[in-house]
Amino acid sequence: MLRYVVKRVLLAAITIFLVATITFFLMRMVPGGPFIAEKSISEQAQAALNAKFGLDKPVWVQYKNYMTGALHGDFSLSLKQRGRTVSEIIASKFPISAKLGGLSVLIALAIGIPFGSIAALNRGKWLDQLIMVIATCGIAFPSFVICTVGMYLFGVRLKWLPTFGLTSPLHYILPIFSLAFYPMAYITRLMRSSMLDVLDQDYMRTARSKGLSRSRSLFKHALRNAVLPVVTYVGPMLAYTLTGSFVVEKIFVIPGLGGQFVSSIMTRDYTVIMGTTIFLATLLILMNVVVDIIYKMIDPRIQLK
Amino acid sequence: MKRKIALVLALTVLLSFSVYGCGSSDKKSKGGANKSSEAPGKGGKGGKQLVAEIGPNPETIDPALNSAVDGGNMLLFAFDCLLNIDQDGKVISGAAKDYKVSDDGLTWTFHLHDNLKWSDGSELTAEDFVYSWKRMVDPDTAAPYAKTALGMVKGFDEAEKGDPDKLAVSAPDKNTFVVELSHPSVYFDKMAAFAPLSPVNKKTIEENGDAWATKPETYICNGPFYISEWVPNSYIMFKKNPYFRDANKVKLDSIKLLLIEDANSAYAAYQTGEAMMIKDVPTAEIKALRNNKEFHVEPVLGTYYISLNDSLPQFKDPRVRKALSLALDRKYMSETLAEGVYTPAGNFLGTGLSDWDNSPFMDHANGGKPYIDTEDYEGNLKKAKKLMADAGYPDGKGFPTITYSTNDASWHKVFAQYMQEAWKKLGITLKVDVVEWASFTPMRRAGDYEASRNGWVMDYNDPSNMLELFYSDNGNNDSKYKNPEYDAMMDKAAVEADAKTRSGYLHQAEDILMKDAGAIPIAYYNDFYLQSSKIKGAWHSPYGYWYFQYADIED
Repeated sequence: MLRYVVKRVLLAAITIFLVATITFFLMRMVPGGPFIAEKSISEQAQAALNAKFGLDKPVWVQYKNYMTGALHGDFSLSLKQRGRTVSEIIASKFPISAKLGGLSVLIALAIGIPFGSIAALNRGKWLDQLIMVIATCGIAFPSFVICTVGMYLFGVRLKWLPTFGLTSPLHYILPIFSLAFYPMAYITRLMRSSMLDVLDQDYMRTARSKGLSRSRSLFKHALRNAVLPVVTYVGPMLAYTLTGSFVVEKIFVIPGLGGQFVSSIMTRDYTVIMGTTIFLATLLILMNVVVDIIYKMIDPRIQLK
Repeated sequence: MKRKIALVLALTVLLSFSVYGCGSSDKKSKGGANKSSEAPGKGGKGGKQLVAEIGPNPETIDPALNSAVDGGNMLLFAFDCLLNIDQDGKVISGAAKDYKVSDDGLTWTFHLHDNLKWSDGSELTAEDFVYSWKRMVDPDTAAPYAKTALGMVKGFDEAEKGDPDKLAVSAPDKNTFVVELSHPSVYFDKMAAFAPLSPVNKKTIEENGDAWATKPETYICNGPFYISEWVPNSYIMFKKNPYFRDANKVKLDSIKLLLIEDANSAYAAYQTGEAMMIKDVPTAEIKALRNNKEFHVEPVLGTYYISLNDSLPQFKDPRVRKALSLALDRKYMSETLAEGVYTPAGNFLGTGLSDWDNSPFMDHANGGKPYIDTEDYEGNLKKAKKLMADAGYPDGKGFPTITYSTNDASWHKVFAQYMQEAWKKLGITLKVDVVEWASFTPMRRAGDYEASRNGWVMDYNDPSNMLELFYSDNGNNDSKYKNPEYDAMMDKAAVEADAKTRSGYLHQAEDILMKDAGAIPIAYYNDFYLQSSKIKGAWHSPYGYWYFQYADIED
């Protein structure tokens, strides 16, 4: 186990380094720059800005400086939001996205797993069909449709729910629903198909013939085996959901990291692009490690190497 | 057993993220939570509050660093410049009660009001203006508008190169601020009211660096309001500043600006009553809102135009440029395609712009007639066809295909598609190339295009701000327009101390530009917005600003 962890951490460090390097040079290859506006600023002002943020140096030097700083935990200043450090931006926005994302994943799991199981157990019956229709909708509708329809229906028409910000528990309902719908639908489908697989297995029949009750055999044997693909899916999905969704955050005016991630790319805020990319990569890798460990706990047959 | 551990572990990971989230975001929105429970505008604990949306999260609210219109609007709430601009566009007193200009027009002396204070209660003197203006030219500040705002001040060139103390601004005493210019500038009073030249507090800037303008605690200002909260991408809360010199004229207790990026979300906030005014109205809703008395369309100082790259051989002949210009039905573009939120442009300089005597500049342009008769499209088209024939391209024969570059926003693509149709009538094929925003402007600036969408919203109400764009070596001369006659006229205007004579030069410059079709004006910009009729005493200025400082809310 220890050897496994050490190996994963080393691999993670190399991966993050590569991600950072590739991102750094890719974003410099894209035309445009951070100090661009409809009106050009004077050449002197442009030069002064470049000098202030070290963009006047050769790209290799900039890369070296950035990486040296990053290794020491200094992710430097945002080029667009003058006076704010990248770490400060991430630290203020990630908690908001993480809270929304975390709750959404919990809800997606809490609904998706039982729904998928119920559908599998009622295969071909109306309940199965109903659940599958909902799940198919969840996969097919893009989140901006869910957001807009939800906002229009519950916010503007019925006036039951507030449409923007996160100032009260009621404010969470629409964004969480919009965020949770797709993973919920995906988990339902995943759970249904893997449950169907498991129910056909010999050991299920053995368990039943040993005299185990239906519910015990389902919980003890079927669920545990069927949930593995869901765990695989949830790990990376969790990383993405925690870092926020551009669409949901933009529509419901939520100051989260997802919106920041995309807008920094559009405005070529190089340092914020780097910071958020490194952060997302780290989180993604971390989640994969957690998944592996949980995997092993659910299914002791799995060997971590 | 192990399964249970696994589940507990998984849940702990999730919950810890959620709880971590709760902890810090609650801390930040503590102030906001109880405020939102009050309906906007109502009295009660929060007092009179105006809730509005005038743009997304500002990149910066440091006066010297801002170059955005919405950011400028916020600065208007927080700062008090030397001079201000009133509802009729006239320059009125601000932090300075009056000013005197020397006979040669080179020395401007501003007399400040007595006992001016910063929002933290400390004393504000003329020295603060000296500091602020020098900071503006300091290359270390890297202020985008340094040259626009202070280029005419003596010593600017040396100051900009790294010696800010060379800038000829001084404070002979506590309440006197003197500026020496290198050449007369008849619109310098408007510069004294220009938001980037707001006074900033030396102490907080020296203590906090650039970060001073990111936190309410360190954001010291001198205007009608101060900032009590800023949750980036969520809202900014402005509270009445008790130290403001005219505080008894301020009737609102607070202004809450919702930082909404998406027009549909802004519209939803307006419909649910969470916002009393929104600047971003979804274009799809305009038709339905046309007759709503809360829907307003008002001019802003700016023109939507098309640049042709004059350095290319096919656009060298002014007759060709003029033909392309005349073949466009501006009325149809503005009123039908853009749902009437644009005004068809027959001149380059449009509505809202003032002449030397504060009358509309347009009234004296081209003898009071528009350069292009936007009402007579058929006649224009006939002229256009003749011009093409005269230029050697009858029915467009032999004329190369034009590529039109634009970014994808508002009506840009719709206009591009219309232009394909319109120029086909001259026998010209147009290819549309949609370019991503961040690559679009540098490409245009570099002259790396054939024809391109362009536009300019003026920084201050003076014709030179837009005519300058066509000066041969101006950095914003995207069309690479070159006419020595035009340059000479602009040079004369730049140093003329008499406002009326100068205005004559500027009119002649516009004549030359329009004769050469150096730009193809399409429409004058307007702001279109929704504002509750409960808001009284607020106005929209052609700068694109909403003046809420002295507004009131009716119950």
